[in-house]
Amino acid sequence: MLVYIDKIKEISRRLLQEGKIDMVMGFRKGTVPMMNEPCFVKTPEDVDSLVWDSNCGINLANYLTNRQEKIGIVAKGCDSRNIVTHIIENKIKRDQLVIIGVPCKGMIDRRKIQALFETEIENVIEADGNITIKGRGLEKTLNKKEVLQDNCTLCIHRNPVIYDELAGDLVEEQKHVDRYEDIRKIESLSPEEKWRYFDDLLSSCIRCYACRNACPLCYCPTCFVDESRPQWVGKSIDPIDTRTFHFLRAYHCAGRCTDCGSCERACPMGINVRMFTKKLEKDCLELFDWEAGMTLEQRPPLDTYRPDDPDDFIT
Amino acid sequence: MGIQPGRLHFSWISSAESTKFVDVVNEVTASVKALGPNKNFLKTEAKVA
Repeated sequence: MLVYIDKIKEISRRLLQEGKIDMVMGFRKGTVPMMNEPCFVKTPEDVDSLVWDSNCGINLANYLTNRQEKIGIVAKGCDSRNIVTHIIENKIKRDQLVIIGVPCKGMIDRRKIQALFETEIENVIEADGNITIKGRGLEKTLNKKEVLQDNCTLCIHRNPVIYDELAGDLVEEQKHVDRYEDIRKIESLSPEEKWRYFDDLLSSCIRCYACRNACPLCYCPTCFVDESRPQWVGKSIDPIDTRTFHFLRAYHCAGRCTDCGSCERACPMGINVRMFTKKLEKDCLELFDWEAGMTLEQRPPLDTYRPDDPDDFIT
Repeated sequence: MGIQPGRLHFSWISSAESTKFVDVVNEVTASVKALGPNKNFLKTEAKVA
């Protein structure tokens, strides 16, 4: 993964110098370890601030919404699928974009790593599929595969689906991944058990909306939870309001979510937010044979009618 | 999401199908009555000290 950065910089510099784009959306080093932050590079001189490693989990498609400039964007598999979704939903035009595709081998979960240590982690170094953690009186090397984000472990689309430039050779896709084991487990619960499961899941939610803000799909000018005339949903952390928020948000993402994991990554309380969106993702796959963001040629199932759409729930 | 089956109904009724409408409404009310009062998705009033 680390070798990509030279190529990313080279492509970015060339595109900026040739004037083909106004800016590059990429990542720069964050102020704390394992937290790279998105950045917009507008001049060839600033290209050197770009970085690429396994801490670039944020979905950059989130920053494309309604942009007017010509943009070079660094895109992992999931980012590229969200870029496709953005183009389909008319939030950005294809010809505004130069997509710098980055084949991805997964991003690391800083919570999994922090949970292993009691002291503060000061430095994280990545090399040859290993992660070396350094802190006060602490140095340990971990296998990257063991500390991947959950959605990355289950990822079956690591390579970007659309790109104009490529920062490295395409990687082998993971095969025989059982993506929905956890969802099947929830599906098998009784209504009462499901109610309790979601009560537990959401008990720590503080309604900060970090999940919504990190999500590239959540671009409504006024989100239904922010609306006050009429006020659709209460703004407190009443369990029913919290539940309404999470379920409605998930439904808004039906047929659009690419399981990029941004919501879960952004949650300050470590709530497994993907449990909501993943059920809908599974349904879309099983009922409509649809995976979001794979092609520009086909309209998503929720805005097309097919005579053979499943309808046995209607009496 | 923990909603009891029997509280949620989907039906397609044309404006010309008044009898079907009546049947479906009767069916829905009967099935909801059989389940009794809903205990989930109820918001308690905020307590004022």
